[in-house]
Amino acid sequence: MNRRKSVTKNRSLSKSPTGIPGLDEITNGGLPKGRPTLVCGSAGCGKSMLGVEFLVRGALEYDEPGVLMTFEELPEDVITNARSLGFDLDQMVAKKQLFLDYVRVERNEIQETGEYDLEGIFVRLNYAIESIGAKRVVLDTIETLFTGLTNAAILRAELRRLFNWLKEKGVTAIITGEKGDGTLTRNGLEEYVSDCVIMLDHRVVDQVSTRRLRVVKYRGSTHGTNEYPFLIGETGFSVLPISSLSLAHDVTNERISSGIPRLDAMLGGRGYYRGSSILVTGTAGTGKSSLGAYFVEAASRRGERSLYFAFEESPQQIVRNMRSIGLNLEPGINKGLLQFHASRPTLYGLETHLAVMHKQIQEFKPRVVVIDPISNLINTGSVNEVRSMLLRLVDFLKSEKITALFTSLSSQGDNSLEETEVGVSSIMDTWLLLRDIELGGERNRGIYVLKSRGTAHSNQIREFLITSKGIDIRDVYVGPDGVLTGSMRLAQEARERAEKLQRQLEIGSKQHKLERRRAALEAQIAALRAEFDAEETEVSRELSQENQLVKQLEMDEVAMERSRRSDKAAEPRNGHKRLM
Amino acid sequence: MKPKSKRTRKSCAKAAPAERGNLYDLRLYVAGQTPKSLAAFANLKALCDVHLAGKYRIEVVDLIKKPQLARDDQIIAIPTLVRRLPQPIRKIIGDLCDRRQTLIGLELSDKIEDKSS
Repeated sequence: MNRRKSVTKNRSLSKSPTGIPGLDEITNGGLPKGRPTLVCGSAGCGKSMLGVEFLVRGALEYDEPGVLMTFEELPEDVITNARSLGFDLDQMVAKKQLFLDYVRVERNEIQETGEYDLEGIFVRLNYAIESIGAKRVVLDTIETLFTGLTNAAILRAELRRLFNWLKEKGVTAIITGEKGDGTLTRNGLEEYVSDCVIMLDHRVVDQVSTRRLRVVKYRGSTHGTNEYPFLIGETGFSVLPISSLSLAHDVTNERISSGIPRLDAMLGGRGYYRGSSILVTGTAGTGKSSLGAYFVEAASRRGERSLYFAFEESPQQIVRNMRSIGLNLEPGINKGLLQFHASRPTLYGLETHLAVMHKQIQEFKPRVVVIDPISNLINTGSVNEVRSMLLRLVDFLKSEKITALFTSLSSQGDNSLEETEVGVSSIMDTWLLLRDIELGGERNRGIYVLKSRGTAHSNQIREFLITSKGIDIRDVYVGPDGVLTGSMRLAQEARERAEKLQRQLEIGSKQHKLERRRAALEAQIAALRAEFDAEETEVSRELSQENQLVKQLEMDEVAMERSRRSDKAAEPRNGHKRLM
Repeated sequence: MKPKSKRTRKSCAKAAPAERGNLYDLRLYVAGQTPKSLAAFANLKALCDVHLAGKYRIEVVDLIKKPQLARDDQIIAIPTLVRRLPQPIRKIIGDLCDRRQTLIGLELSDKIEDKSS
């Protein structure tokens, strides 16, 4: 990817890509084309391997056949060694992609008398180059000549001639040289090969070794000047460029589930951002790994690949332990979606770890990565080194849009809880803190979202339960007595339930009482009404009787007056009135 | 036992039909007619005529013409004299101007003493 860019940038100097992952990025496109490059380093640092891979990749990927002239290793050994990296040199020789020539220099077989030159080597190289049309040449390690031949003056003159001749031939060459005392090579080859010098180093710090590569000089080209860790793995050489640190990653608004619905809810309802880095810190046994396992399991269920780097437990152990909390990781493993990579942190140096992870990630191309835990890496380097390594890793993961979950063990103690031992919290996007809450003679787990960039997240502590049916996140009891968890929360909840029940009962009985009173009242009202009705009918009956009586009397009076023939008959009303 | 004349440009097979064990089968590798090569051939011939008269054979191989032989015979420097017989193989590089060193190289050190005495 960098290659294209650099080719246009350095039009003046054409380059020959090595095809070695990372190296072409550091050198902005490869080794100087048509010129010799010196690769120096101490014994066992990988010089020969670099040379072999330069040729193999040149032949296979760039269609540039190569000549390997060894001065130390027998061709059979070279072939065997290369086979362990997956290169079949035999076949390449048969296909004329590679020409192997072993130059044997045995001091006790050779007697020197008088003037000579190294034309024999020129002839051999020329023959080799011509016979397969080679574009690349590796001389490994030409300095052996100095031990086989005594006339250093001739050798120096001839080597100078040889390197010039290689330039004239237009082949891109790698010349390896053993590191000397205070000089790049034991015999000062750097004086003759000065276009590009790459130094390999194999350093052991605290019993842990790390391979490093540095481009000491590169005439006419920009190049990375740092020391870069590199690996010689199962598929060859790989250099890990320290990331550009440009902070120009593409971001996405896509969210992915943490595997725990309630945790997703705490993170604004939709989980983590894709491509973000999540840090889970907590003291021992707070469930950090479980969170990681949930995350990869969720990824497997979505059909995404995930890679789990375990620095403490073996994959089988993780699978078994997760099964005990009701999480089955096996379907993901069987489908090839979930891959574990377990190694002890002390197995190799920090840089090598980084390089290994880099390589694994590039090969497996996961969307989710879990590193469990990063705090163990502290054993293999200083805090600064670990931080810079993680920074590079986070950078790399972000540039690949891989969501990464890192767990980190915090040591016991109140103050250190909210800081990681390796001080990486600032480069993380989401930080979940798991902590023990010791209360009422028991420890319970609590979970906070300490920070989560770009999400409206819950600021509350939740109780984090790990049961045989899985992880459960519950609200904690926050009451007048503070935050309660575990059995105290249960007790408090039970108490509250009892109180509630009690209150409900009381309300019930009050309502009942009221009902009864209402019933009684209504009965009373009904009785009174009945009484009133009775009275009313009585009164109205009496009244009508009275009326009838009055009418009767009037009629009687009229009848009497009629019978008396009274003159009052003309004005009965008045008379009646008066009478009344 | 025939000299491989077709391989050589200036093949100089002076081998007498000597007894097998005493034959010195020598091969001189050169690359073109350089002064060093010519000097080497002259020096060698002079030496052989003095010390190995009648029981040597010199074959000159020009690597310019037969480059693949450089690889097969493990030649680094030019000129190189290889003593193929008697066994073991010995290699002497240089223009052979130092006769004493050349004799040591050919494991003929006894001749040096003869000469000095």
